[in-house]
Amino acid sequence: MSDAHIDNSPVNPAKPAKSMSIIVTKGTLDWAYPPFILATTAAAMGMNVSMFFTFYGLPLLLKDLDLKLSPLGNPAMKMPLAGMHMGMPNMASMIPGVDAAASTMMKNLMNKKGIASIQELRELALDAEVRLIACQMTMDLFEYGLDDMIQGPELGGAATYIEVASGCDINLFV
Amino acid sequence: MADKVLDAKGLSCPLPILKSKKALQNVAPGGTLEVLATDPGSVADFAAFCRMTGHELLESESADGIFRFLIRRHP
Repeated sequence: MSDAHIDNSPVNPAKPAKSMSIIVTKGTLDWAYPPFILATTAAAMGMNVSMFFTFYGLPLLLKDLDLKLSPLGNPAMKMPLAGMHMGMPNMASMIPGVDAAASTMMKNLMNKKGIASIQELRELALDAEVRLIACQMTMDLFEYGLDDMIQGPELGGAATYIEVASGCDINLFV
Repeated sequence: MADKVLDAKGLSCPLPILKSKKALQNVAPGGTLEVLATDPGSVADFAAFCRMTGHELLESESADGIFRFLIRRHP
């Protein structure tokens, strides 16, 4: 079967590269995905991409990633199980070990479905020269140093981000 | 026959696009890359990827759950 019509006219390859910035504020396993997927894809599509890591997004730059998620307070999280979709009552999520188990379950599911790990996407972002900016205020707040982080991020603050964003075609907050 | 073939079967978004971008760097300008994928979202994504990057999507087809794209690297 062949698709009848393929629209393959380029937007305008002669124009200067477009650019995108993303503010990354969340560091759970699930919320780490949207910014890294969009950043790597935009870079692959020829865009200049900057990511600003602040608050709970900052730990996504740590050398050792041990990402977890919590079903607590998240009624939309329903995992496929035995042909059904199972949510988890808040009460169950409070039991020690349940969040860790849910995180492991999610990682296994992602692996089975051919979804890249965050480590892998982060490597690809570095390869693609995505500009990584670590929020200095958050570094101070949570007492992190650049030694704790992977090679690559630079330090910056609100003014740094605003300058970047003012020149971008797309600015996202995740 | 494409100059290079990329097997992206079993991979989810955005890996087929990211791996294609890398593979295209090893194709000579004007040369072709064939990509095989199983992600149904890749049909719309490869069209968008090619429109934005200036690569030419020569063929986009599917058979037996396998999507096949033929891309010509922009000169």
